[in-house]
Formats: sequence, C-alpha cells, structure tokens
Amino acid sequence: MDAVKRYFRSPAAVTGLVLLLFVVAMALSASWFYPREPLALAGRPLIWPFSNPRFLLGTDNSGRDIAAQILYGARISLLIGGVATLIAIAIGILIGALAGYYGGWIDTVLMRITEAFQTLPNFVLLLVLVAVFGSTLTTVTIAVGVVSWPAPARLTRAEFLSLRNREFVQAGRTLGMKDIQLILGEILPNALPPIIVYASVIMAVAILLESALAFLRLSDPNVASWGNLIGLGRDVLRVQWYVSAIPGIAILVTVLAVSLVGQGLNDALNPRLKGR
Amino acid sequence: MSEAAPTILTIEGLGVSLPAGADRSHAVSGASLAIAANEILCVVGESGSGKSVMANAIMRLLPKEVTIDAGRVMFEGRDLAAATTAEMRAVRGAGIAMIFQEPMTALNPLRTIGDQIGEMFSIHTGLSKAAIRARVQALLEDVRIPDPESAARAYPHELSGGQRQRAMIAMALALDPRLLIADEPTTALDVTTQAQILTLIRELQQRKKTAVLFITHDFGVVAEIADRVAVMQQGHIVEQGDAASVLYRPQHPYTQQLIAAVPPLTAPPPRTLPDQMILTIDNVSKTFRTGGFLGRGARVTHAVKNVSLELPRGATLGIVGESGSGKSTLARCIVRLIDPDAGAIVLEGKDWAKLTREQVRRETRHIQMVFQDPFSSLNPRRKAAELVAQGPIVHGTPRAQAIADAKELFALVGLDPSASDRFPHEFSGGQRQRIGLARALALRPEVLVADEAVSALDVSVQAQVLKLLAGLRERFGLSIVFITHDLRVAAQICDLVAVMKDGEVVEHGLAGEVFGNPQHPYTRALLDSIPGGEFARKHATSVFT
Amino acid sequence: MRIFRLAGRRLAASIPTLALILVGVFLLLQFAPGDTVDAMMAQMGGGDAATAKELRKFYGLDLSIPAQLGNYLWRLIRLDLGFSSIYGKPVASVILERLPPTILLMTASLSFAFFFGIVFGVIAARGVNKWPDTLISILGLIFYATPSFWFGLMAIVVFSIYLQWLPAGGFENIGALQTGIWRTLDIARHLVLPTLTLGLIFLAIYLRIMRASMLEVLNLDYVRTARAKGLDETRVVIRHVLRNALLPMVTLIGLQAGTMLGGSVVVESVFSLPGLGRLAYESVVQRDLNTLLGIVFVSALLVIVVNFAVDLVYARLDPRIAAEG
Repeated sequence: MDAVKRYFRSPAAVTGLVLLLFVVAMALSASWFYPREPLALAGRPLIWPFSNPRFLLGTDNSGRDIAAQILYGARISLLIGGVATLIAIAIGILIGALAGYYGGWIDTVLMRITEAFQTLPNFVLLLVLVAVFGSTLTTVTIAVGVVSWPAPARLTRAEFLSLRNREFVQAGRTLGMKDIQLILGEILPNALPPIIVYASVIMAVAILLESALAFLRLSDPNVASWGNLIGLGRDVLRVQWYVSAIPGIAILVTVLAVSLVGQGLNDALNPRLKGR
Repeated sequence: MSEAAPTILTIEGLGVSLPAGADRSHAVSGASLAIAANEILCVVGESGSGKSVMANAIMRLLPKEVTIDAGRVMFEGRDLAAATTAEMRAVRGAGIAMIFQEPMTALNPLRTIGDQIGEMFSIHTGLSKAAIRARVQALLEDVRIPDPESAARAYPHELSGGQRQRAMIAMALALDPRLLIADEPTTALDVTTQAQILTLIRELQQRKKTAVLFITHDFGVVAEIADRVAVMQQGHIVEQGDAASVLYRPQHPYTQQLIAAVPPLTAPPPRTLPDQMILTIDNVSKTFRTGGFLGRGARVTHAVKNVSLELPRGATLGIVGESGSGKSTLARCIVRLIDPDAGAIVLEGKDWAKLTREQVRRETRHIQMVFQDPFSSLNPRRKAAELVAQGPIVHGTPRAQAIADAKELFALVGLDPSASDRFPHEFSGGQRQRIGLARALALRPEVLVADEAVSALDVSVQAQVLKLLAGLRERFGLSIVFITHDLRVAAQICDLVAVMKDGEVVEHGLAGEVFGNPQHPYTRALLDSIPGGEFARKHATSVFT
Repeated sequence: MRIFRLAGRRLAASIPTLALILVGVFLLLQFAPGDTVDAMMAQMGGGDAATAKELRKFYGLDLSIPAQLGNYLWRLIRLDLGFSSIYGKPVASVILERLPPTILLMTASLSFAFFFGIVFGVIAARGVNKWPDTLISILGLIFYATPSFWFGLMAIVVFSIYLQWLPAGGFENIGALQTGIWRTLDIARHLVLPTLTLGLIFLAIYLRIMRASMLEVLNLDYVRTARAKGLDETRVVIRHVLRNALLPMVTLIGLQAGTMLGGSVVVESVFSLPGLGRLAYESVVQRDLNTLLGIVFVSALLVIVVNFAVDLVYARLDPRIAAEG
C-alpha cells in the first residue's frame, strides 16, 4: 500500500519504529534475561553501572538489580500505556460520535461533561481517583484511561461534525441507511485515521502520567515501574544520581518512539500535510 | 483597437515544469502571446489546461516545486523570468497587479479593507498616512462600493462576495498598473454580481487604458469581455485571435469542440407533457434559526417560503436561482434530508412531508438524489460497485445480486463495468458524477432530484453528462427536479422552469416561455446577466443534436 | 463591548461545568476509604469510637450523602471551603497561602514556553526542511518525551549539586530575612529550574503548533495576495502571517491550562515549592479530603479564569469572533 511505502520513506518514522520494537523486545525478553523477581534483593546496594558485570546497570539503594527493573518496567509502561489508550479511545469515540452525529441536546449534554473533565486538571483528577480507589496496577491503568478520553472525544466529534454533512453521508441517508449504518459504515472509517494518529499522543501522555504517579509513590509499589525507580533514586541523588538517570532515559526513549511512530503514521496517512 | 497601442507584455516560448509524479511534465509549454495596452486578452481553457499556472508564472508566484524552465516574459524591457526577487517585488503591485478567484480567501480576514488597500501605497510610495487614507477612499468610490467610508473600516467577512471582489479590484488598481492579471475573478460569484464586476473591469480598463490578462473557463465571459482570445489545452496555446473570429469561426478542433459544448440559451422545442402529476409541492416552508443563547440574538433565515410547484410524470422541472435563493434547501426538503416546517410534498399520493423518519427510510427508493460535488459525494473508502450496490443492499437485495446489477448500471451510465472495483479517486470528475447517477438509479426511483449535478464539471464533460441524463430520462421514464444556478444549463434539459429568489418562487412555467418571454423583473435581470448573452443565443448548436 | 458580552456569556456557561465537577468529585470522594474524622483520629494518635461519633456529628458527617452535598454546596456559595483537620485551619486560608507560588510558576512557565515556542516555530517554518528546522523539530520531540520530574532531578544534579549555580529547591531563602528587590531576585533564582522544568513540555507543544500553523497560513490565498502586492517575505510574515498563525496558539493556552496546573503538582514536589500542586499531593497522602475537594474547586476556577482571559484575547485578535456574538 502507498501509506506503508510512504511510512518507510521517512527516516524519523523508521527510527521511531526501531526504537519501539526495541522497547517491545525489552518487555518480551525480561523474564528470559532475568527469570528472578525483579524487585528481589540481588546484591550489594548502590553498585555503579558498568563496574560489576553481574549488574550491568548497577543496583539501587536497596540492592536490587537496575537492569532487571528496566526490562520489567518496559512491560508495565507498555501495558499501562496501551490499555489506558484503548480505554480513552473507546470512551472518546463513543461520546464524540454520538455528540457529533446527533447534535442538539445530546451534543450539549455530552460536551458539557467533556468540558467538565477538561476543566479539571487531569493530574489532579488522577490524584483524586487514586486517593479513592487505591494504587493497584488495574486501578491506575483505568484511572489514566479515564482522565485521557476528553481529547479524543473532541477530535471524534469534530470529525463527525464535518463528515456528517458531507454529500456521501447525505447520499447514504437518501439511500435509506439507518443511523447506525451511517455512523459505523460511512462516517467512522473516514474519521478513524486522525484518531489513530492521536492515539500515539494519548499513549505517550499515558506513559508519562503513570511514571509521574509512580515517582510520587502513588502508583502500584509492587511492580517494577520506571517511575518508582526514579522516585527511589531521589533519596541518593547527590552522589548516586544514576539510579534516577537510567530509568528516565528509558521513559524518554519509549515516549519518543511512540511519538515518532505517531508522526510517521500521520505523514503516511495524510500525505498532503507532510512536514506539518 | 490594438493596432496603434504599444505592447505591454510579451511571453515567448514559456515553459513551466511540474514536479515528478504530476500527470504531465509541464504545466505550460512553448506558450507565446503578447498583450497591448488598452486591450483585454482572455486566456480560456478547461481545468488543468495550465492557464492559471501561466498567470502565476508571469508574477513569479509559483509553488516551490513548480519552476519556469524555458522562455522569456518581457515586461518594460526586462525579462521577468530571469529577474531577481527584489526586482520582482518592485514590479508586483506597481507594474503588474493581480486579482484572484476567491475574494473571501484572497483577503486577510484579520485586517480591515482600508488597511489592506492602503498597504499598496505604503509599500510602493512614500505617501503620508492621511494621503493614503484619501486615496483609499477615492479608490473605493471608483469601484462603486456602497458606503466607501464604512467599507474601508470593514473586515472582509462583513462584506458580500461582490463587494469583496470590488475591494480586490480597488487594491489591484491602486497604483495604476500597466497590466492587470485577473485569474477567474467572477467564477465564485453569482451571475448578476458577475455581470456587474465584468462591467466594472471593462469600464475601469477603458478609463485607465490598462492591459488586462483575463483567465477564464467560461466562453460566455469571453464573449462578454474579450478583445482577443487565446485558447489553452494541456499547457499549449492552440489558438489565438481576436474575439469575434475565435468565437464564431474557430479554427482548431479543440476550440470548435469547446464552443460546441457551450449550452445555448435557446430551449429545445417543448415536449408534450402528461396531465398527471407525480410530485406536488404545496406551500412548503422552511425556516432556520441560528446562534442565539437563550433566544437572544438569534438569526432567523426564511430559506423557503410558501413554495408550491408541480412535476408532471416524465417531465423535468428546473429550479434556478442564485446562491441563498433557497433552491438547495427546497431540494433537500423534497428528499427529506431536511424536514420542512410546513406544507405538503405529495409523491404518488403519499404526503412525504408528514412521514416519520423511519417511513422515509423505507420509502426512499421512490425518490433519489444526485449531488453536486463529484469529490465529496462518494465515500472514498468504498469501491465503485459497492457504492452503487449500497442502496439495493440496504433495502434487502442480496449482496451478490446487487453487485451484479451495479455492473450492468455501469454500462448504462457509460462507464466500463470492469472499472467497478476501483476506488472513487481513480475516476475523473465526470466519471464520478456518472457513478453518483448510477447509485441513484440503482433503486429504480420514479423521481430524481439533481442538485447542481453538473455545476462542478468542465463544459465538455457537462454536455456529456446532460446528454446522458436526458437519455436515462427517456429510458426509465424518470421525472426530474433539476436544481441549478446556470440558466444556460437549465434551458437545455428542463421542460418547466421555476425561478427562486430569497426563498420564494418568483416565476414558473414552460422553459421556452420563461426564457423567451420573462415576466418577472428578476427573471429578466438574471437573463440579462448571463455573460455573452448574445453569443449564447446566436450560437445554436444544441447538445442534443 | 460585544467582546465582553461574548466572554461573559462563556463565563456564565462555565457555571454548570463547575457545578458538575464539584458534585462529581464530591460523590467520588464518598467512595474513599476513611473520612476526615478518621484522618483526624490518626493525627491525634487514635481515639475511641464515641469521640469519633461526636466529631462526625459535629462536622455533619452523620447526615445522608445528599444532605452533606447540599450543605457543602451551600457553604461553597458563601466561599466557605470547610476546615482542614491536618493543617488545623480553614481550607480557604490553607489554599490561599499556597496559591502565589503556583500562579507565579505557571505564569513564568507559560511565558517561557509561549515566547520561545513562537520564536522557534517561526524559525522552523521559515526554513522548512532545512537544518534549523530539523534541529528544532528533533529537540521539540525530545523535550516532549522527557518526563518533567526526571528533567527536574537531572537539572538539580547538574546546576545545584555539581555547578552549584542555583538552589535545589524551596521558594525563597528563609534563613536570610530579605525585603524588596533582593527578595524578588531570590525568589526568581529559586524559580529558574522549576520554570524550565514545567515549561519544557509546553515549549515542545507550542513550537510544534506554531510551526504547523505558520506553514498552514503561508499556504493561504491572502498570503499570495500579499506577495502579489510586492511585499517582501519579512513583511509578509509580520503583517499577514504572524497574527493569523497565533490564533491556534492562543486557543491552546486555554486548553492546556489544566494540564499545566496538573504538571505543577509534580514539579512543586520535585523542587519542594510550597504551592497548590504540592498541597494536592500532600492532601492525597494524608487523606485530607476536605482540602483535596477545595483544591479541585480552586483549580477548576483557575482554569475557567484562564479560559475567560483567552476568550478575550482571541476576540481581540480575530474580528470574526465578535461578529458572531
């Protein structure tokens, strides 16, 4: 397909894909490289990276292997990022499609709710949700998804608003199609590409949100999360700054990869807007 | 009149290359022409002929990837094709000025009209602010904008399309340029406004002795305004000469073909119509309310006011009017894309206006619509056969059967059935319109509503589609409601014509009567505004002969 | 005048939004494990059930949830946000104390991001696909991907621990009692790193939007008209592109106000700034739900105020908006 060809012609997009595949490989190979529990004590605390071949990236304040935590952390970041994005996109498409297609009071009500969610700072809402429902992996993932849906909802609504008056949709109506056929068969397929591209933005933000939450020690403390490790390293920042530095680079690389893939998809799907 | 006048601009062997991947290597190749002072040279051609590119090449306003790679553009003893950007800037606006097709988008929406016209003086002259303001005033009076003083303070969105184009003309003529390039300046305007703007350009040109390079696709406009004509096809100038000889004695086959396709303004002889009515529109009204919070400041538009019309079985009823006349709203009321506020629309004994949405959905195969825009009226993600088969599938025809029927219809509308598994973007505009027609016909409707169905097409394609429509009308015994802004098109295909203005039908009757003996002053104004009216009447070749 | 009416109408329309948020979060907090009294008892080091019951009655926590909600909203109308048992002060005064650092931080970060976003966006768009554009775009992507708290920590390592140029945290030097200009300078020094940290991701967003918006506007018909008039490129950009390209940027400020406030939670925690964000964090950790609800109210109010200002600016920039009113 043309879009695939266009994607692989862009060096940035290919770089992003390679980085993303690298992070996925990290996540998949974690238990192969480190069959032991990543949060178990492994050796002497605060070994510097590259000084002991057993602990390639050193150990943290309590003697846990940083390399193991990085690999297992990739799982957590991708899992939370991916699932939260799916949740956000699903809610966003549902609300945006209904509001954009039907308009009128349905639109008014749904947009008021969306506005309320956008007026409340998303991280503050995340804090409230975690305060109420606790900090397990499941609740944090759902919470991140729930605070991220307004933007895709607005995007979907805007697409639906512009598409529902397009002549091919009116033609569908004069042919006697039902609303559900028009929404799913005619409008949604045409509205989807920008939403798919936007999913990369949501995923990037979701990964950053979870890591910030973990940094503040409000995420699940029982899983190896990059943000947890950065928060831990803060206590020894003056000398052993590497404990915080290494997982930060992992987050940066992952978010960068997701953004680059998103931008590459955007350029491949909308060739007219290339370079914007 | 150009004998004694000095030559202003000479184009010699101009070539403009397109980037790799375009449908041809050169937008313009080997084009040569000359414009003298005090003459209007019309460059006429269909879309993609390279006429606009040539105009922009003179001003060196081409997109980055499009470059001049051959020939010279001589203006005031200098080759503009080889001029530096600084030299070009001195020429632009002062020596050669330009006006564009879309007066809305050609003006900066965030700055006032006066400010944008005044900018001409602040760039090219050292006039004081007060002097500039006085000159802007004088210019706006020159182009006969109503209330020039407040027009200078207005933002573009506060003016009508015609007023905006007047402001553009005022801006272009601010520094008395020797050459004015007008790139389809009236295409986006209504026919009456178009007539006024053409008159204005003609008048100012004669007074100021400006040379005008006028780009258009419309032979009517050519007949109205041109002293000389150059015809472009695929980047080449195929014929040049004075207006009368090109229009009435075209030499090149392409020119002959183009002129033959121009619809003449004489209606074909009336057909006998049955007394039985298939569609009766009785006192239909539709009002839109926009804006307004809690009812304050709401704007009320009476889009359709008490319209009553009748369509005999097998006849074609043309509804003509300018933009905002309510003709499209009426069309959408008839197929119930819009719910009328009041009145009855009786189709085969059923009051269509009173049916519930669900009933309309089930009954919709009796009445179908063909849309205006060949690009947005087809879902880009469905194959052509699927698009045509969609209607029957919705109403219960098995998929395989519907697709097979669709392929048959393809042949009927003049498309290759083997092309039916292509996507819409692989077809040309005219072919897409044929797909739209096939889609509507797939449900075997009794009534077809065509909303500006040929307006977006080039004349030659327009003529073919009209011919097809007339053929299908006979074959299926279709009754057609034909919405158009173009009276020449309406004259060709309609048995009956209704003229709409501000939501009301001001005159209706047999096409020959309405066009031959108009009663209402507005109908007469519309007919008088048709560019090149005399040419349109004299030129009698009909598309149906 | 018309502009004010328009913005006022938008402001009035945000009252139901605010009510929706408050009711929603109030009801949400009813699911929270433990209430204010539990937090208080924990603070006091435990107590018997009778005292707890007494306290619940005193704070109206024994009433039905709708009644409690009604009470809360009624007090809110009188600008009473309740009492923080952790801080031993009314919530309103706790929040008021913490507001200035946050507002200062947000204003500084926004100005930084907005200004440099425009500058870099314009530079990138003017030389699209040349090396400055590529460099700026890559930096933008990296800034966007950098977790702010991590950037803050690394900045502390470099600028405070190794170079010792800037303080590692706090709002001002409390030891030295400073006044006037010296105090201002001291606060400014303390805010340099937090401002950069919070502003970085917004800089990335703004420069990307500004670049895209410039490219979009540069392709519009009226820019061609401007060129056809004989304007040089610099004047084309200043007179016909910049203001038009700024419109989406202004919209973005309103949309991002909430995100920025959320970002300050993390940044204030990293730099131990006594601001609203840090208060939000502390009240979650300490289960001070009254304060948390108060913060929700105040931050929503802040976002609404920012959006009101954005509406006014937008209407001034774009005459078409005022016409719609």
